[in-house]
Amino acid sequence: MTMLVHKIRTFLSVYYAHMLEYRAEIVFWMLAGLFPFILMGVWMEAGAKGQFALSAVDLGRYFVAVFIVRQMSVVWVIWEFERQVVEGRLSPFLLQPIDPVWRHVAGHLCERLARAPFFVALLTAFFLFQPDLFWLPSFQNGIAALAAMVCAFVLRFLIQYTFAMLCFWTERASAVQEFWFLLYLFLSGLIAPLDVFPEEMRDFALWTPFPYLVNFPARLLVGLETDLLRSFMILGAWMVVFFVLNRLLWRLGLRQYSGMGA
Amino acid sequence: MKYLRLLRLFLSTSIQAEMEYRLNFVIAALSSIGGLAGSLFGLSLFYRGNDVLGGWVWDEALVVLGFFTLLQGVSASFLSANLSKIVGYVQMGTLDFVLLKPVDSQFWLSTRAFSLWGIPDLLLGTFIIGLAGTRLGLGPLDYLSALFPLLCGLVTLYSLWFMLGATSIWFVKVYNVTEVLRKTLEAGRFPITAFPAAWRIFFTYVVPVAFMTSVPAETLLGRGSAPWLLGAIVLAATLSVIARSFWHFALRFYTSASS
Repeated sequence: MTMLVHKIRTFLSVYYAHMLEYRAEIVFWMLAGLFPFILMGVWMEAGAKGQFALSAVDLGRYFVAVFIVRQMSVVWVIWEFERQVVEGRLSPFLLQPIDPVWRHVAGHLCERLARAPFFVALLTAFFLFQPDLFWLPSFQNGIAALAAMVCAFVLRFLIQYTFAMLCFWTERASAVQEFWFLLYLFLSGLIAPLDVFPEEMRDFALWTPFPYLVNFPARLLVGLETDLLRSFMILGAWMVVFFVLNRLLWRLGLRQYSGMGA
Repeated sequence: MKYLRLLRLFLSTSIQAEMEYRLNFVIAALSSIGGLAGSLFGLSLFYRGNDVLGGWVWDEALVVLGFFTLLQGVSASFLSANLSKIVGYVQMGTLDFVLLKPVDSQFWLSTRAFSLWGIPDLLLGTFIIGLAGTRLGLGPLDYLSALFPLLCGLVTLYSLWFMLGATSIWFVKVYNVTEVLRKTLEAGRFPITAFPAAWRIFFTYVVPVAFMTSVPAETLLGRGSAPWLLGAIVLAATLSVIARSFWHFALRFYTSASS
């Protein structure tokens, strides 16, 4: 047990130090993630003039929440894994008595920590600029949103890490990820809350994993009405699906792995 | 004359090199079509609650989206294909070879490569503009009139991008900055009037996206106004002069690698 705690501590401190090296990049990634604020502008203007399911203020807050959720659930494991496989750097990690996935997990978690100060500064600046949009979620909603955000990160990580397994068979696994990203872009609620979707489209989307990566946690954060039980169940089901698929592909893939360049 | 001949040569060698990777082209085409379908869906959502978006009816907003798609194609085919390589030349010190050539270095760096990746977007963008234009009953003269503001928009975009690329003389990791620029350009999907005032100011004066898609679209629709058009010309001219002098200024700090 103490051994495990020790390992976790070491991993986290090493990767936190590693991520601090990349502070400048992290800031730029964050700025590149300002896309929700562009859409916020259009939607708030549209919401003030037209008849939509949400009011202009709710739309504005929704996109702030989208920004927060996206910042908390950034995942890039496939590009890192692809390089490791292509360059053969995965081999030394395989010899260690610890699953290489934990390195990625530690890296992702620590990046969030290194990002936090910039993230807080940016949100503060935004609310100073638009004080009308400021809100605090209720305690219950806050807790639920936090849980949903953690789940969104885990699911997004599981999905991307599953696609990363395809690197064992093809060198262009990130192409799959890019197609997936298109669906994610339009079905997750990133470009518009699901409330304004046509009904059939929304019903369909709610069965896919996408809305649970953005729309669901964002709604909870804003405090819009949400079917918690049903949402967490679908979310959990997709997590199980991708976890099983991931472990299966990992086993099969390792047999396939020839350790290029090693 | 020499530059025209060079341009043709660059183009043909690039295409020959790209033909090696035909599968990439198929992937690019598929993701362009998927992206456009998604963009159309995203745009249609605004029209579920209102007849207009910032005063633009559906077909008019389509023209803006068409110009945006066109711009994405140009970015992929010319801008990012060339300008993202500058940083590599600086890092490896191979910029020396470019500077030694009896050709203008800005010209060489900006035109050397051409990527087929942007072709699907170029075609789709033209198609959308044509489709919406036909439904709005536009004539050939309208299309011609939009060419000039479009050109100004492209020059503006190119100059901004080139200046970012030129900063790689000092900072090695410019890639992330270009990514920020690209994401900001996403605002060009929507007519500038669809934004609230603060956003409008930002996208006109700070990152002049308005001049890249909204102004050409307005001209095409025959509602172009003189101040905007003049603004587009002045902006393009000023930025291209600044970009050029900035490049020469940056070169003064270039010390080459490993020497």
